[in-house]
Amino acid sequence: MKRLLGLFLLMAGVMTSPLAAQDTMPPAPYAYRQLDNPADEAKAQALMETLRCLKCQSQSIADSDAPMAGDMRSQVRERIAAGEDPEAIRSWLVERYGDYVSYAPRVTALTWPLFILPVVLLVLASLLLSRRFRKGGGA
Amino acid sequence: MSETVPSEPLGETTKAPRRWAIWLPLALFLGFVVLVMIGLFRPAERDVASAMVGKPLPQFDLPPAIAEKPGLAHRDFAAGGKPRLLNVFASWCIPCAVEAPQLDQLAKMGIEINGIAIRDHREDVALFLARNGNPFTRIGADDVSKVQMAMGSSGVPETFVIDGRGVIRYQHIGEIRADQMPLILEKLKEADQ
Repeated sequence: MKRLLGLFLLMAGVMTSPLAAQDTMPPAPYAYRQLDNPADEAKAQALMETLRCLKCQSQSIADSDAPMAGDMRSQVRERIAAGEDPEAIRSWLVERYGDYVSYAPRVTALTWPLFILPVVLLVLASLLLSRRFRKGGGA
Repeated sequence: MSETVPSEPLGETTKAPRRWAIWLPLALFLGFVVLVMIGLFRPAERDVASAMVGKPLPQFDLPPAIAEKPGLAHRDFAAGGKPRLLNVFASWCIPCAVEAPQLDQLAKMGIEINGIAIRDHREDVALFLARNGNPFTRIGADDVSKVQMAMGSSGVPETFVIDGRGVIRYQHIGEIRADQMPLILEKLKEADQ
C-alpha cells in the first residue's frame, strides 16, 4: 500500500512538473484581446489560423494557449492594427523560422513536385481510362 | 432483351494480370512498412532552427532585467571585437538551471555572455541568478518574446554565438550540457575568424 502510494506520488510529481515550467507573467496586450476594428481583427484571425505554434507544433497560434503563441498573436494583431499587410507579417516570420512556421505552403524549388503531381496523376488516369473505354466500346 | 445472347468470353475484356503485377500490392505494403519503421526509429527533428544564423542581429533595445546589470541592445554587439554568447533563458525554465554550471564555466574562461530573460519578473530573475550564479554581463528583459521572435528563437534555453561584427553565427537549441562544451568553444573559435 505504501509502495503504491509512493508510486502514485512519483507519477503525480512527474506529470505535474511541466506545469511548474510556466511563467507567471500576464499575457501580452493583444494575446487574448481582439482588435477594435472588426475588419482588422478578421484579417489578423485569418493569418493567425495559418501560423504554426512553435511550442505545440500541430496547433496554430490561434488555437494555442502557450505563452509564446499568445506573444505571437499579440504581435500579429499589433502589426495589423499598424497597417502592415498580413502576407508581409508571414514573410517576416518565415524569414526567422523558415517555411515551417507557416501552414500555407509556398511553391519553391523544393515543393513544386507536390503541386505538379496531382495534375500529372489526373492526366495519366484520364489517358488510361480513355484507352480502356475506347477498347470496351470497340468490342 | 428477350433473347438470350451467349455472354462474351471473359478473356476478351479482362486480361489476366501480368505475373509481376500480382506482387505489386505486397511490394507497396512493404514499402509502407519501411516508411513506418523509419518514422518510428528515426523520428523527425522537432526543433525549429532559426533562419537568422548567418545574418546580423535584429535591432532591439531591452531594459535591464535586474538592477545590478545593464540591459541589452543590438548596438552593444557591434562594439566589441570578440565573439560572445547570447543566452536566451528564463527563471521558470528548468533546463536553464541545468546549464547554469556550464555557462558559469564559460564566463570564467573569459567569454562574455549576455542574457535575454523571457517573460520573467525582475525579482524572479534575481532569485534565479542568486541561486544558480550570474554569468551575464548584461541582461535584457523581453516581456512579450519580441526579441526572441525577431531572432527566430522558439524556446528556452537557447544560446547564440554572435561574432565581433554582430552577426549570428550559431544557434544552440536546448541546454548546454557538460559534454557539449567543446562544441560551444569550437563555434566561438570559428566565429573569431
